[in-house]
Amino acid sequence: MDRFSGNFDRFSDLFNPYDSNPTNANHAIGDFTKCTRKPLVMGSTVLGLEYQDGVMIAADTLGSWGQLARYRNESRIYPVGNFTVLGAAGDMSDFQHTKHMLDSLMIKEYYTNDDHVLSTPHIYEYLSRVLYHRRSKLDPLWNTYVVGGYNNGERFLGYVDLLGTTYQSSIVATGLGAYFAQPILRNAVEGREGILTEAEAIEILNTCMKILFYRECKTLNRIQRAKVTADGVEISEPYALPTEWSFGEGIRGFGTQTQ
Amino acid sequence: MDSFLPVQVSWTPQTAASGSDFYPYTNNAGTVAGISGGDFCVMAADTRQSFGVGYLINTRYQPKMFKLSNGSVLGTSGFYADGLTLIKRINQRLEWYKHAHDKEMSTPALAQLLSITLYSKRFFPYYARVLLGGLDLEGHGVVYGYDSIGSYEPCLARATGSGGSLIQPFLDNQIYRKTPLGILQAPHTLDQVKAVMRDSFTSATERDIQTGDYLELFIITAQGVDVEKYDLRKD
Repeated sequence: MDRFSGNFDRFSDLFNPYDSNPTNANHAIGDFTKCTRKPLVMGSTVLGLEYQDGVMIAADTLGSWGQLARYRNESRIYPVGNFTVLGAAGDMSDFQHTKHMLDSLMIKEYYTNDDHVLSTPHIYEYLSRVLYHRRSKLDPLWNTYVVGGYNNGERFLGYVDLLGTTYQSSIVATGLGAYFAQPILRNAVEGREGILTEAEAIEILNTCMKILFYRECKTLNRIQRAKVTADGVEISEPYALPTEWSFGEGIRGFGTQTQ
Repeated sequence: MDSFLPVQVSWTPQTAASGSDFYPYTNNAGTVAGISGGDFCVMAADTRQSFGVGYLINTRYQPKMFKLSNGSVLGTSGFYADGLTLIKRINQRLEWYKHAHDKEMSTPALAQLLSITLYSKRFFPYYARVLLGGLDLEGHGVVYGYDSIGSYEPCLARATGSGGSLIQPFLDNQIYRKTPLGILQAPHTLDQVKAVMRDSFTSATERDIQTGDYLELFIITAQGVDVEKYDLRKD
């Protein structure tokens, strides 16, 4: 049973490059060696910024399955140790694998009992080498990660994607956030990292997430925020951003309106 | 400038996610240049990192040129992850060499090592445009230019990366003096070379959208390596 209009024509069963439904024939279900090249449940934008107390990141809680808003309570922010937080865009099963891998790493380091703990730059380096290794095997972890942390008075905010490309910056945005939110974040944050208050940081992230919700189709206005400060990681419960749609009433020129 | 990519496929995370195959490269771009003098070498790179597809700037400051433990300077542009991996491998080989021979590797030896390291990945290349600068065994400045699969040559002046094709002809004229139309034939001083380098990058930044933000100059002399940072256009 196929309800997608692109597949009404039986020839398009063979290959339809515009089809984003993951269950259709051009996706490699059943061919396990190719599964990791075909992301299924996808998360969207993650935003991150540095402010005076540490770093803050934000992500919505949607796991999209093709165009379907399939999982609406998918947490895409995860703490690693006490002073590091990981935000993930891309394939959610690869993200779960990464969480498991990093948990194992932190437990292994804990067992050595030598008073050393992995700080954020160590975790970031580890993660980026894993992602680069997987891309070199042509078997990527289909994710873009934002790693934030605060260690010994130093803020850290880094980006790593499925190719192993890395950069550290005081603002980070993945996916469409790089188009919509990055310029806003640059204006609001760059050069002001040391004086930006927590309230201002929250306001900036809320504004950016709301703009993304207005313009990007695979988002929710239900988001989570995490901050890492000298006190450690704190991840908020999901909360809804208020949105305003009434201006649509006044827009003329398309739909059922004639004048 | 040579353009080496094993396969020509347009790829973005967006197109990839909608069902096309995985493509393991991107071009984070940037420009690297080097000029050698009688007893010095000047290496330069901008610090912009681009997303690779489209008009996105990842960050304005992500250095791609590094001082190595033997006093040489290695600059990369192209696919940033490959360039960084290459530098990590080279640094490790330098450390092993030091432990094995109780001395630092010379720049000409490192140039050969870099070549075979690149060629060892001949069929899945490091998509990195590499430039190596340092002093040779006599203490003269030297710049080695490479392609992505390890072909290399020592040269007086070399520019590579996204703005390389804009800078190289300028260096051919100013440093190589290929057309000596009344230009003085005296050897270049360090100050002249630094001025040429800064003009090269400010000019390349005017036309190449993937070059800009900051310029880092690495000045290599017998005394060591000095790093200077200058502003470039940020648009």
